[in-house]
Amino acid sequence: MSKVIEGLLYSESHEWVKVEDGIAVIGVSDFAQAEMGDITYVDLPSEGDEVEAGEEFGALESVKASSELYSPVSGTVVEVNSELEAAPEKVNEDAYAAWIIKVRMSDESELSALMDAAAYSAIAK
Amino acid sequence: MKYYDKLIFELSKPGRIGYSLPSCLLGCQPGRESEDSSNFAGSQNSPISSDPTTDVVPPLPCRGWHVPAWAAASTSAGSVWREAPLDLPEVSEPDVVRHYTNLSQMNFGVDTGFYPLGSCTMKYNPKINEEIVGQFNGIHPLQPKETTKGIQAVYDFMDKALAEITGMKHFTFLPCAGAHGELTGLMLMREYHMSRGDLARTKVIVPDSAHGTNPASAAVCGLDIVVVKSKENGLVDVEDLKPLLGPDIAGIMMTNPNTLGLFERDIKEIAELVHECGGLLYYDGANMNPLMGVVRPGDMGFDIMHLNLHKTFSTPHGGGGPGSGPVGVADKLVPLLDIPRTSGFHGNFGIILRACAYILALGRENLKMAGPLATLSANYIKESLKDCYKLPIPTVCKHEFVFDGLAEPNGVSTLDVAKRLLDYGFHAPTIYFPLLFHQAIMIEPTETESLETIDAFIEVMRVIAREAAEDSEMLHTAPHNTPIGRPDETTAARQPVLKYIRS
Amino acid sequence: MSNFSYFPHTKEDIRTMLERIGVQSMDELYSDVPAEFVHKGEYDLPSAKSEEEVRAWFKDLAAKDTELKVFVGAGAYDHYTPSVIPYITSRSEFLTAYTPYQCEISQGTLRYIFEWQTMICNLTGMDVANASMYDGPTAAAEAMRMCVACTRKRNTVVASDRLLPNVLAVLRTYAKYSGINLVVTDDVYEAVGEGTLDLAGVIVPSINRFGIIESHLGLADMVHEAGGLLVEYCDPSALAVVKSPAEWGADIAVGDGQSLGIPLCYGGPYVGFMACRNEWMRKLPGRIVGQTADAEGRRAFVLTLQAREQHIRREKATSNICSNESLLALWCTVYLSLMGPEGMRKLNELCYAGSHYLHDALLATGKFEDPFEGREFLKEFALKPLCDVKKLQQALLDAGFFAALQTEEGYVTFCVTERRTKEEIDNLVNVIKEAAL
Repeated sequence: MSKVIEGLLYSESHEWVKVEDGIAVIGVSDFAQAEMGDITYVDLPSEGDEVEAGEEFGALESVKASSELYSPVSGTVVEVNSELEAAPEKVNEDAYAAWIIKVRMSDESELSALMDAAAYSAIAK
Repeated sequence: MKYYDKLIFELSKPGRIGYSLPSCLLGCQPGRESEDSSNFAGSQNSPISSDPTTDVVPPLPCRGWHVPAWAAASTSAGSVWREAPLDLPEVSEPDVVRHYTNLSQMNFGVDTGFYPLGSCTMKYNPKINEEIVGQFNGIHPLQPKETTKGIQAVYDFMDKALAEITGMKHFTFLPCAGAHGELTGLMLMREYHMSRGDLARTKVIVPDSAHGTNPASAAVCGLDIVVVKSKENGLVDVEDLKPLLGPDIAGIMMTNPNTLGLFERDIKEIAELVHECGGLLYYDGANMNPLMGVVRPGDMGFDIMHLNLHKTFSTPHGGGGPGSGPVGVADKLVPLLDIPRTSGFHGNFGIILRACAYILALGRENLKMAGPLATLSANYIKESLKDCYKLPIPTVCKHEFVFDGLAEPNGVSTLDVAKRLLDYGFHAPTIYFPLLFHQAIMIEPTETESLETIDAFIEVMRVIAREAAEDSEMLHTAPHNTPIGRPDETTAARQPVLKYIRS
Repeated sequence: MSNFSYFPHTKEDIRTMLERIGVQSMDELYSDVPAEFVHKGEYDLPSAKSEEEVRAWFKDLAAKDTELKVFVGAGAYDHYTPSVIPYITSRSEFLTAYTPYQCEISQGTLRYIFEWQTMICNLTGMDVANASMYDGPTAAAEAMRMCVACTRKRNTVVASDRLLPNVLAVLRTYAKYSGINLVVTDDVYEAVGEGTLDLAGVIVPSINRFGIIESHLGLADMVHEAGGLLVEYCDPSALAVVKSPAEWGADIAVGDGQSLGIPLCYGGPYVGFMACRNEWMRKLPGRIVGQTADAEGRRAFVLTLQAREQHIRREKATSNICSNESLLALWCTVYLSLMGPEGMRKLNELCYAGSHYLHDALLATGKFEDPFEGREFLKEFALKPLCDVKKLQQALLDAGFFAALQTEEGYVTFCVTERRTKEEIDNLVNVIKEAAL
C-alpha cells in the first residue's frame, strides 16, 4: 500500500504538488516511485524553463524503464532539486521529501483540476 | 566457461610491443637520422632494428622526411600536434592472443549452443561465407567501376535475388542494420510524398506490438507516431485502424508475421485501406524468415521493406554487428531509391558477400524450405510446452511465439526462467517483449536446430517449471554455473563506470 | 523434400514434429495465409551450389576486380592488418554471438567493448564513448542530432565544407528528414561569429578532405558562447599524433575506426565511434557498457544507461540505433592493443615520411602546384594539377595505381600509408613523369 499525504494535490500521471506562496513544489508520488523500482537517474529541466500543464518536463529512469514527468501546472521553473542528480535514490527513499522542481505558476486556477489525497488514493493502487 | 578477470590495460608494461612495422619506409639507414628524428621516448631505441645489410640505401633527396613535424615539439597554442599523453596498452603479441582467447571463453555464440531468441533469427552462420570474403579486402570503395566489375556483379546478383524473394523491384544496400534500413525506408516514404507535393503526410501508424525500433526510426525521420491497437487474437484491429487513416498519414509500418509470430491475415484489407487514404505500407523484415519460399511482401501490397541479412540470410551477428539492412521498394518508388544517402560508401559489402554465398549455397530449392522448417520447429516447441507455460494465443504460429510466463509461477518471473536457462547451456529467449504481455517469453528456433536440440530445450524448460514449484528461491538467484552471477545493474546505472581508470 | 547440409531435419523428424503439433502437413502450418498470397512456382534463382561451386563463383568474380596500389584515402585508408586480428575476430564465440543482453554469458563481448570505450576515450580525450556506430558518416549524423537534443530548443548545426564529401552527404540526408537546419560553410568562425543562429552545434574535421590538419584555436569558446556544442570528426589513427578533440575543447568526437587496421573491403563493414564529455553522457546514443559487480563481488560488465534506448524509450529514444558494430570494435581494440602508443607513433612517422616524400617528388615533376603550401599534413594531401586529370588518372590506373582522386575544386588528392613502399612511390612518380599529360 503506497503512501498518500493529506494536504497535497495530485495529478493522474502521479505527480504531487504543494503550493507555497504562488510557487508549486512538484514531485512524484510514493506510488510512482514504487512502480519504477530503483530509480537510477532523474532527468531535470533547467531553471528558467517554461513548462505547460500536462506537458513533459523531465523523466525518471530505472535500469529497464523510463517514465516521463508531466507538469501539473504551467509556469516558469524557478528551482530544480540538483541533489537528485547525484542521489536519485532519494526519490525511492521518500518521494514526498524528494521534490523535483519548483514552478512559479502562471495560472493558479489549473490547480483545481488536480485531485486531493482522498481522490488520488482511489487511483494509486 | 571460466571466469577470467583481466582487462588488456592490466597486462601492460612499458617497453613491450605487439606491432610489426618496417623500420623506415624510405629505406634510410636506421639510426642515421635518429638523433633528431623524433622526440618520442622509445622511438630512438626501437626494439625493431632492421638488418642493415638488406637496406639498400639510395641517395635520398632527403629533406628530412623522417623528421616528422611533431618532432619540432611546438607547444604553441596553435600547434596542430598532440601534446596530451597517449594511454594505450603496451603488450606483446602472445599476451594479446591469450587475453582475447580468454575473453572469448566467457562468451556464448550460435556455434556454442541454441539461441531461442525471438525476433532475432539466430540461425547457423555457414563457414564458407567467411572464407570467400578475404579475396575482396583490398578494393578501395572509390575505385572506378571498371576496376570493380566482380563487385558490381555481386550487387547486381543480390539486387535480383532479393527482389525475387521479396517481390520488390529494386534494393539499396546502403543501410548497415535493420534499424538503419527502417530509417532509410521511412525516408523513402517521406520522399515519395514530398516528390508529389503532398507535404501534410507526417504521421506513421505503428501497431502496439511493433519492435521498439519502429517508433524510434519514425521519430528520427521526423514522423509522428500513431499507435494502432491489436485485437484479443494478437492481430491488428482493422476497426481501430480505419479512423486513424486520413490525409496526414504517410503510411503504416508492419511486421508480418507480427512479433507474436502471427500472420496478419487481414493484410489485404489493411493494404487497401492504407493505399486508399494515400499512404504507403512499410514491411519490417525482421520476421521475414518464415515467409521465405512461401509469401512475398511485395505480393501482399507492401511498398517499402528492409531485410536483415544478419537474420534471414545467415550472416553472423558479431556480438551486435556489423549487420546489413538492404531496403527494397516497389516500382513507383524506384526513381527515388538513391536519394537518401544514409551511409558512407556502399553499405556493408563484406556482409552482402556472405549473404550472397548463402543464397547460392541454398539455391531456389532449399531457400523455400528454410521458412517452413523454422515454422515447424516453433509450433513443435509451442505445443510441447503449453501445459507448463501460459500460452495467451493458442493459434498456429509462424517462426516464433510468445508465452506469458509460467503457468504456475509460484513467484518465479520470466527473468528467473531466462537466467536459469543459462545454467543449462541455452541462451535465453527474448523476454519482456512484446509489451502486450507482462511476462513475455518470445521463442524463435530456426531451421538449423535439430530435433534433438529442440527436445533437449523443451526438457530443460519443463525442468525449470518443476524447479519453480519446488525451489523458487534457487531460481531467483540463477544463474549459478556461469562465469558471473547476476550483476548489480542499479549501481551500474547510478554511478556509471564507463572506462578503465588506471589505479 | 531435399536434403541440405544446414538443415538437420530428417523425414522422420518432420513426421514426429507434425504429429506433436497435430497437423497433417507442412502446408497446414500456413493455413492462416490467404491462398492468393502463397507464392506459386519456383523462385527465379540458381539451384543449389556445392561448396566447390560457391568457391569457384566468387573466385571468378574476384578475378574481374582489379587490385590496385592504393594511393587514395578520402575516408578509407589502406593500413596494414596485423595477422592476430582476423584470427581473434573469427573465433566463433565472438563472431556468432548476439548483442550481449545476457551478461552472464557475454562477459567476453562486454569486456572488449569496455576496453574499446576506454581506448576511444584515451585517443579523443573524451570522458565517455559508446559501444560503436555503423560508420564515421552516420556517427557524425548522430552527433548532429545529439547537439540538437543537448541544447533542447535549438535547431541549427553548422558544418565545415572541408568535411569529407560522404560525411556531408549523410549529414544532409539526416538533417533533411529530421528537420534540422544544417548550414554548410567554408568559414565556421564567421558563421558562428555572426551570432544570428539558434546554434545547437558545429561540426569540423580534425584533418580535412585535403589532408590538412586543421587548427581550431579559439573555436570551442566561440561555439560555447553562442550556446552550441563543438563536434570534431577525426581519424583515430592520426589522433596518436595530432591534437585531440579534447585539446581543442570539443564536446563530442566522432569518426571512422576503419583506419585502425580494418581492410578496405569496398567500403564496409567499418565502424563508427562516438565519444563525449561527461556532461552529455545521458544524451549519447547507442549501446554503452559499464562496470559493476555480481553478488559475490566479482567484477562484471553490463549494458548500462539503457533507459536512453529504443527498446525502452521507443519514439523518445536518443536514437533508433540498436545494433553496434561490435565485431569491428573488437577488431580495432585488438589493433590498438598490438600497436600500443609507440606503434601508433611509429606508424604515423612512416605515413608522414612517405606522404611528404611523394608530395615533394610530385611537385618536382612540374605537373602540380601546392595550393596549401606551408600547411601541415600527415598522410594525405591535395595538389592542383597543371595537366589533364582524366589522362593522369588513366595513366595511373593503367600502371596499376589508384591515385589522384579529384575533389570538387579540381584538385587531386594522394595518400601514403605505411603499406606503400619507396619503390611503389618512385614508380608512381615515374609514371606521372613519363606520361604525356
